[in-house]
Amino acid sequence: MNRDEDFILPDGKIVRHGNYERIVHWLVAITFLFLFFSGLALFSPFFFWLSALFGGGQFMRMLHPIAGVLLAWLFYPYAWRLRKDNAWSAVDAKWVEHSVAYMEKRVEFHDTGKYNAGQKMMYWSMVPIIAVLFVTGITMWQPWFAGSFPASLRRVTSLLHAVAAFVMFIGIGIHWYAAYWTRGSIRAMVRGTVTKNWARYHHPAWFRQITGGKD
Amino acid sequence: MALDSQDIRLRSATTVESPPSARSFRPEVAKLIDISRCIGCKACQAACMEWNDLREEVGTFQGTYQNPLDLSDQSWTVMKFDETVIDGSLAWLIFKDGCMHCTDPGCLKACPSPGAVVQYANGIVDFQQDACIGCGYCITGCPFDIPRLRKQDGRVYKCTLCSDRVSVGLEPACIKSCPTQALTFGSKAEMKELAAHRLVDLHERGLGKAAVYDPPGVGGTHVFYVLPHGDRPEAYGLPRDPSIGPVVTFWRSGVARALGVATMFGVLVAGILHYMRYGPLEVPEETDGKTGKEAQP
Repeated sequence: MNRDEDFILPDGKIVRHGNYERIVHWLVAITFLFLFFSGLALFSPFFFWLSALFGGGQFMRMLHPIAGVLLAWLFYPYAWRLRKDNAWSAVDAKWVEHSVAYMEKRVEFHDTGKYNAGQKMMYWSMVPIIAVLFVTGITMWQPWFAGSFPASLRRVTSLLHAVAAFVMFIGIGIHWYAAYWTRGSIRAMVRGTVTKNWARYHHPAWFRQITGGKD
Repeated sequence: MALDSQDIRLRSATTVESPPSARSFRPEVAKLIDISRCIGCKACQAACMEWNDLREEVGTFQGTYQNPLDLSDQSWTVMKFDETVIDGSLAWLIFKDGCMHCTDPGCLKACPSPGAVVQYANGIVDFQQDACIGCGYCITGCPFDIPRLRKQDGRVYKCTLCSDRVSVGLEPACIKSCPTQALTFGSKAEMKELAAHRLVDLHERGLGKAAVYDPPGVGGTHVFYVLPHGDRPEAYGLPRDPSIGPVVTFWRSGVARALGVATMFGVLVAGILHYMRYGPLEVPEETDGKTGKEAQP
């Protein structure tokens, strides 16, 4: 059964995230955690003890860049697939304008598509940040690539790598909280399905699209 | 593992404080390299290989006396030869390349692995390969491009200033082998005096621009030079005014680490406070999820 398209199951549940999306999402999540904790150990001696989780400093240092390549390899085809649902529109500008009121639960939006503007901002921030981390990471990768770049460049890319990593953490941190705050969305990413009411409430335009125009 | 573990002054990636130097007095040591006396015989290079049991792979002739062409994990010091025109006449520049043992070492500053780079009370900067993780940050942090990563074991090597010999009262192997006293070793104070003395001599002999190269940007070094053409250190391949630099300093600073941690805790605290104030966003089941409080554009 093809579960990669959004549709209504016989039991009334709506498929929101197909098998591919869910599997890749969680692979990306695990890879991110691996990179985040090992990167933290490399960033500050306060966290160097985390290297014990990865077989010691030497092995962690060997694994970190490989995990980085894995993350980019998993993320970009996944992001390509979600690009249309994340295209920016006038509806999103309105969401951003009322985003504080939304977070304070004072407003609801009648025309949110499959992803709201907050989710789209997460998407469009990760696309360049992972690219920055990937490229700067290549320039730091010992012993294979770093030697091909002058130390003066590596000083800048090393700092950029750290800055991008923390910007990424802000994005991912908000992503985690938003997933926890919006009840039902973790289930959507684990099991793949949401209830009709959930879809109607959080993503009304997407709901109408699936049901053929019915609210 | 660290030699002289009671004499460590600085230790890489150590959050609180370096371990104390238990002994009350250790004079700072220095190697003075007087380029004006160097004849390029490479005895120091050979002695370094012998004492440290290093064997560079046999290379190929490159049309120069320089062999090997550059420092490597097996060549901790290399004689460099260059021909250039200075003041209208040919100058054959001979230069002994190797670690400078900075007072403010960029390698130690950049190193993320606790204790992989140490500085002893006598000023020698030493790598502890058992703690080295092979990330190469020391290579990025070094203003003189000295440390070299060995691909076979993923660890970084450089001149130790024969810390094993110095700790038992011997002079470094290169000093022992030098036939012209171009290399001398002693306390930093003595070596500075000697360098000043040599300068007077050189100035009298017509090398008016001879100078001591002991760059203050890295707090002075424990290997320092008398350069006959002291006004042009670049001709020898030395940076004019080396320092760790603002980028590496910020990247490995406590401020950057604090900002990083503050960012993470900021996100965590914001999440907790928001949840405490507003609670979860749930679908209102009484309206079957129909949106009501539409935002006014």
